[in-house]
Amino acid sequence: MTRPGRTTVVVSTLTLAASLAACSSDADTLTVYSAQHESLVRTMLEDFTEETGIELEFRDANDSELANQIIEEGEASPADVFLTENSPAISAVDRAGLLAPLDQATLDQVDAQFRPSSGNWVGFAARSTTLIYNPAEIGEEELPASMLELADPAWEGRVGIAAGGADFQAIVSAVLALEGEEATREWLAGLEDNAEIYASNTAIMKAVDEGEVPVGITYHYYWFRDQAQDGLIGDDAALHYFRNQDPGAFLSVSGAGVLASSDQPEQAQQLVEYLTGRAAQERLAGSRALEYAVGSGVSSAEALPPLAELQAPDVDPGSLDAPQVTELMQEVGLL
Amino acid sequence: MLRSPSPGAPVLPVVRGSGASAGTARRPLRRSPVTLALAACVAALSLLPLAHIAGYTVEVGWSGVRELVLRPRVGELLWNTTRLAAGTVAVCGVLGVGAAWLVARSSVPGRGLWHVLLVAPLAVPAFVNSFAWISLLPGLDTYAGALLVVSLSYFPFVYLPVVAAFRGLDPALEETARGLGLSGWAVFRRVQLPQLRVALLGGSLLVALHVLAEFGALQMLRYPTFTTAIYDQYRATFNGPAATMLAGVLILLCLLLLLAEVRLRGHRGYAGSGRGAARPVRPVPLRALTTPALLALAGLVGLALLVPLGALAYWLAEGTSAGADWAGLAVATGTTLALAAAAAAVTTAMALPTGWLAVRARGRTATLLERATYLGSSLPGIVVALALVTLSIRATPWLYQTVPVLLAAYAILFLPRAIVPVRAAVEQSPPLYDDVAASLGSSGLDRLRRITLPLLAPGLGAGAALVFLAVVTELTATLLLAPTGTATLATAFWSASSALSYGGAAPYAAVMVLLSAPATVLLSRDTRRGPTP
Repeated sequence: MTRPGRTTVVVSTLTLAASLAACSSDADTLTVYSAQHESLVRTMLEDFTEETGIELEFRDANDSELANQIIEEGEASPADVFLTENSPAISAVDRAGLLAPLDQATLDQVDAQFRPSSGNWVGFAARSTTLIYNPAEIGEEELPASMLELADPAWEGRVGIAAGGADFQAIVSAVLALEGEEATREWLAGLEDNAEIYASNTAIMKAVDEGEVPVGITYHYYWFRDQAQDGLIGDDAALHYFRNQDPGAFLSVSGAGVLASSDQPEQAQQLVEYLTGRAAQERLAGSRALEYAVGSGVSSAEALPPLAELQAPDVDPGSLDAPQVTELMQEVGLL
Repeated sequence: MLRSPSPGAPVLPVVRGSGASAGTARRPLRRSPVTLALAACVAALSLLPLAHIAGYTVEVGWSGVRELVLRPRVGELLWNTTRLAAGTVAVCGVLGVGAAWLVARSSVPGRGLWHVLLVAPLAVPAFVNSFAWISLLPGLDTYAGALLVVSLSYFPFVYLPVVAAFRGLDPALEETARGLGLSGWAVFRRVQLPQLRVALLGGSLLVALHVLAEFGALQMLRYPTFTTAIYDQYRATFNGPAATMLAGVLILLCLLLLLAEVRLRGHRGYAGSGRGAARPVRPVPLRALTTPALLALAGLVGLALLVPLGALAYWLAEGTSAGADWAGLAVATGTTLALAAAAAAVTTAMALPTGWLAVRARGRTATLLERATYLGSSLPGIVVALALVTLSIRATPWLYQTVPVLLAAYAILFLPRAIVPVRAAVEQSPPLYDDVAASLGSSGLDRLRRITLPLLAPGLGAGAALVFLAVVTELTATLLLAPTGTATLATAFWSASSALSYGGAAPYAAVMVLLSAPATVLLSRDTRRGPTP
């Protein structure tokens, strides 16, 4: 009586293992490691397969996780294309020599401020650092003029950050590039004393909305997306822009690159070209993702303040250094 | 738990006797080199994460360890982790022993029902419980909140063994003590408690190990411990040295706990020497205290069971009205069931040689091989997963991100759940049939197929069921090791609740609770056997 049951289990196990193993090594499918929000990437690439006949398979995870994974995998990586949420992750892969140069035509589709000097990857979306605050808890005049002020003892217990996330770590990398190591260490040490740590930007928004902390560091689009859905979580919160080339006005670039180890380099280049092309960029601008489009001549969603008004500091996105940020954060005890 | 038909008391000694008198000629059959090699492989797999972290520590060297371990952050995590573990053990001890005394020894009405309700919180995974509480009371992200939520999830680990121990106590001792003039409290402290010690220690060890391994519940409550910090490190640096060193400290804590439990348990036993059945317990009348006792039990069950189920129902209604992702739920359920079935089959198969040797070739080797699997499974899921990520990516890149690695993690984490029932089944199946088949010329494999497996079927089934249920609610290792594009109920729940989409997360949690419920009923039945109805 037990034998057929066991056989079924064994057969189904083998089938499961085989089918799951098989889908990672399909010849006419591009494997995309993507750390950007699933919905944003899928929306931008909605018509890609139909137009080109190239199938896509995604591995979705967090920036640093995927970057480190590609570096560990080295030449053997199954990935053809790498899409990040923030640029430090793709820069790390670039520095490891694992990215192939992109076609000049692809690079030219995007404004120069959104790509690295190496030309090995290109931005396909951008997001602005902001301070989310609760107007019922703190008056506009009390808000800091610079993000660096949040390290002052006056802010003890009053600021929320998502220290474990790639977004916050990208913001730290900008502080590092703009202010240098010593100032960054001091700022982080101050935040270690002052900050309430949350698991995500959404959690920060909720905490600010409910008055748990008066302010928090997040990217702009969490609040805008929430507003577009009639303020489900953050209806009592508002956004403050630092502007003035402050590190807190940092524009973080989402990067796309082709792996040098890809066995389908042509199709991989085609994907990045498509992603930065007019059609995909306009789709981004028209979507509910509410991140900034970076394609030349494409304007972003109307709900957002125009890029030019953000007065973002000048940072070469290729220069941002993830490993040093992690070290500094470990040193002060934020990680 | 199901048991094979008992071979009958007189048979066993006879069989054992004949086996011994047959001399050494037949012994090699029971401890064939193949079985031994298989069991050794299983033990090696179990110890793989431990060996990896130890080897890595040696590689990093003292200066590396000093830099990565002796820093304020680690001190903070150590303080957070130990005070939560200690607090939870204390709270669970009080709740577990108190509830067990009421159910097993007092006159409180409805004891059968209370028993089931006190075991039932086990059907709600701790991270779902945490989700329920934090979605209702966002201010719970404190030490007290973490202590409350984790204790409510884990107190049945103390309650179950203690209530079983109460039922095994001979009431004659207590009555004698009372007859000699001890008060009710003194009887409990001086007569019952010493006899409950082994059960209480065992339960407390389980609670402490679970606190050390807990990831989902504490991450949701923003209470950083080693496990959540390792996850943050993993996200920031993948398998970097800092993550691995934190895992090393966490392993040390686990080993310390295991040693402490062995030391505290000691060698003194309290087995009764009288033969025959113990008289049924005469329940201690509560009189005026009946209402407070009922209120206390109702409060505990309300907090541990009604709050999570109520919150789940609320968010389920909310999520359904907002349009739930039924297709996603169906796919995640299918994936989870398939993975759990595969893990159950593989793990039970792996348990077979170890469980077999533990009975048929008793001795130092068999004990070592069995204990190795217990040691491996006492490590937190995050440590096992982190080690397997590194090992598979370096040694077997073609296996990385595939189902077999995930199944290996499940096997390491849940092997004892399969070994214990398999071993019990081997214990109850006489070796005679096997010997007869061998003497008739049946080959080893043939005997395995036609004699051994059918005889052990109930034990194998019970082991497979326990592994299956553990995998259904496994979160941490699955998060790190699931292949590209694979979402289970637990990981889908996790990504929805991390995005604070409570309504979207609830259906996944509800399915997990429904799948876990039958096991809970089984568990409560098992300990209900005994002198009290």
